[in-house]
Amino acid sequence: MAAIAATAPASTDKVDWRLAAPLGLVYLAFFAAPFAILLGVSFYADPEQTRLGFESWTKFYSDAFYLKVIFDTLKLGVFAVIATTLLAYPLALVFRAASARAQRVLIFIILMPLLTSVVIRTFAWIVILAREGVINQTLIGLGITATPLNLLQTELGLVIALTQIEMPLMLLPLLTIMNQMDQNLIDASRALGASKWRTFFRVTLPLTLPGWIAGATLVFASATTAFISQSVIGGARLVYLPALIYQQVTVVYNWPFAAVASLTLLFTVLAGIMALSWLGRFARTS
Amino acid sequence: MQRSTLGDVTYNWVIGFLAGLAVLILIGPVLIVIATSFTTSQTLRFPPPALSLRWYGELFDSARSAQIHIAALNSLWVAGTATLIGAVLSVLAALAITRVARPSARFLEASFLSPLVLPTLSYGLAALMFFSVLGIRPSLNLLIAGHLVVIAPFIFRTTLASLTQLDPVLLEASANLGASRFYGFRRITLPLIAPGIAAGCFLAFISSMDNVPVSLFLSNARTSMLPIRMWGMMESTLDVRIAAIAGVLILATLVLMIVMDRLTGLTRRMSG
Repeated sequence: MAAIAATAPASTDKVDWRLAAPLGLVYLAFFAAPFAILLGVSFYADPEQTRLGFESWTKFYSDAFYLKVIFDTLKLGVFAVIATTLLAYPLALVFRAASARAQRVLIFIILMPLLTSVVIRTFAWIVILAREGVINQTLIGLGITATPLNLLQTELGLVIALTQIEMPLMLLPLLTIMNQMDQNLIDASRALGASKWRTFFRVTLPLTLPGWIAGATLVFASATTAFISQSVIGGARLVYLPALIYQQVTVVYNWPFAAVASLTLLFTVLAGIMALSWLGRFARTS
Repeated sequence: MQRSTLGDVTYNWVIGFLAGLAVLILIGPVLIVIATSFTTSQTLRFPPPALSLRWYGELFDSARSAQIHIAALNSLWVAGTATLIGAVLSVLAALAITRVARPSARFLEASFLSPLVLPTLSYGLAALMFFSVLGIRPSLNLLIAGHLVVIAPFIFRTTLASLTQLDPVLLEASANLGASRFYGFRRITLPLIAPGIAAGCFLAFISSMDNVPVSLFLSNARTSMLPIRMWGMMESTLDVRIAAIAGVLILATLVLMIVMDRLTGLTRRMSG
């Protein structure tokens, strides 16, 4: 029996390194090694990369401008998570209650933007948010405002666009976890006299928190690094870490400084992910 | 049945309103771009003054849109090759760690999935520095290597999910009947996980076609990629041909999506 068990891959209890090695080696060569080089380059003191030193790091972290860029990037990620949460939770609740047919239509609506190029989605928001765009035409038509609002090149406009661009990333994990949720718990809460609001906040929300954390992680990581949307909708006035990195590489040619900014972006995203996973552990124990 | 209170009525209204707004925000921009692509006008105005296929004509004109065609072919080649290599490597890797509870398996799983959350832009820059340290000049092969790393997680994840749902009894039965391990894989495992692999390949291909952060740093004028060229067009002129490209890409994606849904239950797979 032991010999037979050893031939069936399903009953192995060890990682088969011969099978894992090809992808592992590709990751080492093309993923781990580049990041090691990036870290190395960040310790050059000058753009010409002749002298080693911590100057690139100290210059970045002692300048109020760059610190504000880090703060703004974090803030953008947080705003995107809040906005997608406010819209994705209600849609997920409606999805859960919908008929099988309506669910299929909703899934297409949710997946469609995800599968449309990010460049095109950003481009769509220019048509919508511009001074002569759809929103301004509607507002002027309804007599709400006489002069067109500036929505492009504002944080508000960028958050609105990112809400669409990132919402599927929040919705998919939420829908998965809502499907797994036991309807009896909701019914019990209602039968015991809890209002729909109370049932949502005391039953649904805590039970679906792991799905929200998975979604929030993806939205945060994606919004803070959304180079195209940030640069096209944010314009030159709003500067986030990705634009800073791009500008340091292609305009200023200061690779060590770009490496510092790039690693800072990496730390920013990792900090967000760790904060969210800490929140998840905290929620489970309390 | 519970009688509805004022609180429950406001709950229904608030949830309904926000869900409606969510649907509008999700689908509205896509519809607006498609409508704009049929405009007669030189500018990106919505609603279009009149409808025509003018910009699609311009887009398919081989002389006037040659640059776009080259970029599109480059993108298709890179996405296709990276997806194919990624599929082989990811399926092997998923087989290696499925049903293994050891920490080493968890570590490998987290490592292989990490490009999904680590900032791809940081990776793009790291890859640029890496290849320039090695003295390798930009080429489509570099782009394939870069894309491979960031799209493999999609295939790895869906394949692993399919493998977890596979009943191990089937393979034990096959082994008991004297089938070799490879024969069992080819005749039992592979057919059963094929929809999962296909769904992952679809996502990987789409995300490679759409990749900006890696292509931004690894492509140059000679190896231009479609999203980068579109970004350039958007920054400089707001050319209406972008809307026509959008129309073509959306149609192609929609057709692929419907085909994939029939073959693999893509939508079920993605909603869990």
